[in-house]
Amino acid sequence: MHNPVSLPPGAQLLLAEAPAQLLPARELMAFTLASHIILVPMGVALPLITLIMHYRGLRRNDPTSLLLARRWSAVMALQFAVGVVTGTVLSFEFGLLWPGLMGRWGDVFGIGFGVEAWAFFLEAVLIAVYLYGWRRLPARTHFLLGLPLPATALLGTFGILAANSWMNTPQGFRLDSTGNPVDVDVWKAIFTPMFGPQFWHFVVAMFMTAGFVVAGVYAVGILRGRWDHYHRIGFAVPFTVAAVLTPVQFVLGDTIARSVFHKQPIKFAAMELVWETDTHVPEYIFGRLHPDGTVTGGIRIPQLDSILAGFRPDTRVTGLTSVPAADRPDPTEATIVHWAFDIMVVIGSLLGLLVLCYAWAVWRRRKRPAAERLPRSRWFYRGAACAGVASVVAVECGWIATEVGRQPWIVYQNMRVAEAVTSTRSATLWTMFGVVVVVYVFIFGSLLAVLLKMRTRWRIEDAAAGTAIPAEGPETETPYGPRAAVPAAAAGQGAREEEDGTP
Amino acid sequence: MTTAGIVALVLLLAVAAYACAGGTDYGAGFWDLTAGGAERGKRPRWLIDHAMAPVWEVNNVWLIFVLVIMWTGFPVLFQTVFSSMWLPLALAVVGLVLRGAGFALRKPIKRVAGRRLYGALFAVSSLLTPYFLGAAVGGIASGRVAPGTTASADAWANPTSFFFGLLTVTGTAFLGAVFLSCDAERWNAPDLVGYFRRRALGALAAAALLGVAALFVVPTDSPHLWNGLTQGAGLVLALVAVACTVATAVMLLRGHTRWSRFTATGIVGAAVVAWGVAQRPYLIPTSLSIEQAAGAPSTLVWLLVVTVVAVLLVGPALVLLYWLDTHAELESLSESDLRQGGGTTGSG
Repeated sequence: MHNPVSLPPGAQLLLAEAPAQLLPARELMAFTLASHIILVPMGVALPLITLIMHYRGLRRNDPTSLLLARRWSAVMALQFAVGVVTGTVLSFEFGLLWPGLMGRWGDVFGIGFGVEAWAFFLEAVLIAVYLYGWRRLPARTHFLLGLPLPATALLGTFGILAANSWMNTPQGFRLDSTGNPVDVDVWKAIFTPMFGPQFWHFVVAMFMTAGFVVAGVYAVGILRGRWDHYHRIGFAVPFTVAAVLTPVQFVLGDTIARSVFHKQPIKFAAMELVWETDTHVPEYIFGRLHPDGTVTGGIRIPQLDSILAGFRPDTRVTGLTSVPAADRPDPTEATIVHWAFDIMVVIGSLLGLLVLCYAWAVWRRRKRPAAERLPRSRWFYRGAACAGVASVVAVECGWIATEVGRQPWIVYQNMRVAEAVTSTRSATLWTMFGVVVVVYVFIFGSLLAVLLKMRTRWRIEDAAAGTAIPAEGPETETPYGPRAAVPAAAAGQGAREEEDGTP
Repeated sequence: MTTAGIVALVLLLAVAAYACAGGTDYGAGFWDLTAGGAERGKRPRWLIDHAMAPVWEVNNVWLIFVLVIMWTGFPVLFQTVFSSMWLPLALAVVGLVLRGAGFALRKPIKRVAGRRLYGALFAVSSLLTPYFLGAAVGGIASGRVAPGTTASADAWANPTSFFFGLLTVTGTAFLGAVFLSCDAERWNAPDLVGYFRRRALGALAAAALLGVAALFVVPTDSPHLWNGLTQGAGLVLALVAVACTVATAVMLLRGHTRWSRFTATGIVGAAVVAWGVAQRPYLIPTSLSIEQAAGAPSTLVWLLVVTVVAVLLVGPALVLLYWLDTHAELESLSESDLRQGGGTTGSG
């Protein structure tokens, strides 16, 4: 395949068509990020949910809660290990796919990644201590050593979101006569206008997702007739965390949409399919944008978009045509952004309904004993079982809306994606893409298989509870797990047999 | 020293830390690969699993620091390296993924065939990843790339790169064997102490031979590097590496495994720092100096602040991890402990 870009970066702007390597580079980045983001809710939020369960176990002297906390800590470690791997891939891809971005802007927005890397280091150390510490450490010390985990997770999120929000609303620099950034102000580059809204919306989304996913696992168990203490608290604790945060997310979601309206009007226009700048703008629920600005399909609600954006029907909403076609998402991209945004909102609303059902049921039964307070409806648990998957889909959609909505800019209004892309031949990139897809399918497939296997093993252990002492705890099966017993020396080596090193 | 100079030093130390910590890790993978069949290699593999489990993630994170310091502190260097060394770095990252996943997922797999597959992935990529990373470093050290260089085989398929790649693999195998020998002593497996001590000596001999071979390759292929290594601070550090090599060899031959890990780390650390010092004042000889590549001054200052804060936070955590680990405070809790209700009283 030909490589049209051996020109200096600026000259690309003059080319009508995008460089051939742009598509594979974007697809590869999209694929690796979309995969990595599935692991993020568990990395950010599972530590806190586990610690809540751990606290409950210590406070009420409840062995079932402690058992659940231990098992969740094993899952936490396994997915963290895979997350480290996919995260490393992403930092390589910044260089392999977008050298232009890092070369010009690395010193302006890179510091967030520095914070993230150290936070990550700390999290790796603390997870190891927490996972290993169950037996020997005094209960209180062990719990206290686990307590900083959620803070390190938030610190990591802070770093990543600082970098991403900077790409959306870049500031903290001045361009010199050659177009290079100078006079960098690190504080301004971290705390950009989109940082606050993005950070809180993302953090709460992570906690909700982790809560719904974990609760969903036990909802399936309940649907299969396992209505015991283990399944009830395994469901109730994470679901309550998610339920408490769901209304908060409604407020935060509304705030971030309004921030986008003010700070990134073109992205907002793509999210809401607004073609011409106007007042009294209708809201489209789904539908498709065509190159001539018409929208087909979907539900049209007159005036609503203006009302949502500024609380009044005469609010003026900027349209896509307010900037040249080369500076905005094309109709297909706008449709993708719009659908991603709408799916996220629809899922959020359905989760809200589910949470209302839960709150109503629990409130109505508040005077009964704890064991009878949970809803009994099978439909509720069917919904709860789907809520985990749905919230992962919502996270993906939110990320698509953020990233595709910024097109064609990699640094909003300062650098196009096409200027940042590597000059490596597109055939090489497609090959790499193929390799990465195969490798990721293998890894995520293995992760899933291992999780399912752990679940089966635990179920068998529970069935045999009290009758036999299991040879291994949940941590044995994880990458951080405790040391297995020393196998006997192989006869061929002539070495003498050793005593088992573990107590 | 200028701020950029200090950041360059931090970068060099991070590379050295990755070479030592990550290198030990890759070395463990190397010995996993050569441990033989499922039955014969059972005990060495058990020790490798045993030794790597708590630290392998942390060792991997060093690499992320190196990348972050590169793109934040020296964006042009980052762009140049990743543009010109595309293929070796792409292969290294594929290796990193397979390695991490192979190690992490091998443990929960119980069937032999499955363990073999994951184990093979882990072991083979433990060999390829350091080779390609070493080859990329060789390309930089020999000055074959410059800002604007596009990806080409010459950047990483040349005598210096080949030599650096081999040296990296040998160095990791050496470090791995030394640390595994110490771990075998700590965990009461005397047969494995000798097993890995012999391998450490073998790897050290191979590294020494490569060092002699360097005398034939480096002076003509990478004159700037050679000049730096034969005078001033570069020479001192090179001599430190040689002294550590001799000391390690003596200790290994006499069976003082415990202390050999410090001198072994000293060899690799001194060699990496010697390379960095020999390149002064260039990040890429002789086309990109530290000052030319430096990012915005305020960013460099903040990068140092972040580093100091992080060292203050991470340092104690790491000490805690290793202290708990070596004092046998980190052990598993069985299911039955929990069910009997007294599991977390700390009676152990």
